[in-house]
Amino acid sequence: MPEGPFAPRDLAWHPPALYPEYRSSRLRSPQRPLIQMPQTRTECTGPVFSRQDIGPLDDDLIQNYAASGQTAQGPRIIVHGRLMDEDARPVPGKLIEIWQANAGGRYRHVNDGYLAPLDDNFGGCGRCISDEDGSYRFRTILPGPYPWPNGGNDWRPAHIHFSVFGDGFAQRLVTQMYFEGDPHIALCPIVQSIPSKDAVDRLVARLDMEATVPMDIRAYRFDIVLRGRRATVFENQMEGT
Amino acid sequence: MALKESPSQTAGPYVHIGCTPQTAGLEQRSMGAQLGGEVAQEEAITLDITVLDGAGDPVRDALIEIWQAGSEGRAGHWGRQAADLETGLAHFTACKPGAAEGQTPHILVWIVARGINLGLTTRVYFPDENNTSDPVFGLAGDRAETMVAERTNAGYAHVIHLQGPEETVFFDV
Repeated sequence: MPEGPFAPRDLAWHPPALYPEYRSSRLRSPQRPLIQMPQTRTECTGPVFSRQDIGPLDDDLIQNYAASGQTAQGPRIIVHGRLMDEDARPVPGKLIEIWQANAGGRYRHVNDGYLAPLDDNFGGCGRCISDEDGSYRFRTILPGPYPWPNGGNDWRPAHIHFSVFGDGFAQRLVTQMYFEGDPHIALCPIVQSIPSKDAVDRLVARLDMEATVPMDIRAYRFDIVLRGRRATVFENQMEGT
Repeated sequence: MALKESPSQTAGPYVHIGCTPQTAGLEQRSMGAQLGGEVAQEEAITLDITVLDGAGDPVRDALIEIWQAGSEGRAGHWGRQAADLETGLAHFTACKPGAAEGQTPHILVWIVARGINLGLTTRVYFPDENNTSDPVFGLAGDRAETMVAERTNAGYAHVIHLQGPEETVFFDV
């Protein structure tokens, strides 16, 4: 693993803490600027996970909550891609966790009371460890859009939540994946809290016909990028400058 | 840099499904064990964390992770707890970290929740240490005390204020 501090986070690329159109951010956004600090060992390290920490069906949401001989309802999809850093280096051996609503847009959660029914065979929780080349893969079903309380007629685009670990806590990232062509992406204040269209585009998975299994399951491609490493002092400070 | 970091999005109110499935009410059918429940066996301490919003209400859907050195000063112990869905309290069993690299004992705390667009990073320091010599503590100036936990009969308790006059220090790491 490369050692050394991580490159600075480009805060203007991420959503601001306060985005009033996303109502929940109003009372939950710090009002003072973040304080910059040098990365110490605490921030440059983090927990290490392995395949032994998770179960064999954890990456298969079609089956991991289903009764014997049954499967989850909804369009079957593969979600796959590579976990990389900003220097395009693979980030192997890292825990990737996902959660999502079912095909009707309902979460299996004690606090979700949406009208759409639960699917007895779908939990919505998945986990995997990135491979040596940074690749990861889940099997799941296409989640449905759903309405949410934000003061108006707000609907979330279909999405899958991702939680990702890196080599150090400074790389820790939680984000959401959207689906190519979804008209709700442009209407959603949570998505639109991201300042640039270019940045939003990084969260939109593409239909990947090459990885689609004929007569079985379609595939979507979603690459995840974590912070890179700061250039070394040696590279930065040329002799005589 | 050839690529840009994937932009952050809120964890939303249902983060538990993915990260602490038992909190969400998922019976573990064919899933592996929940991760991050217990931290350390050595010299265990308890750390109760509550996150308050700008109205002073607990953030009941928060997911909190801690990362700290062991008592010998080397990294590290990882813990993850969901805030209690009723009370907002997140209860950790940790160990008192050792001092490392000229820093006084501290615990990194990382928070995500509905309404938090980018995970927040802060630290917990201990009231029985000379924290003023710690270089990171010093960066926070007169707001540094917002990172110091309270000693209780049972261990330590810490309140994190997302907003207001007592707003906790959060870092751009």
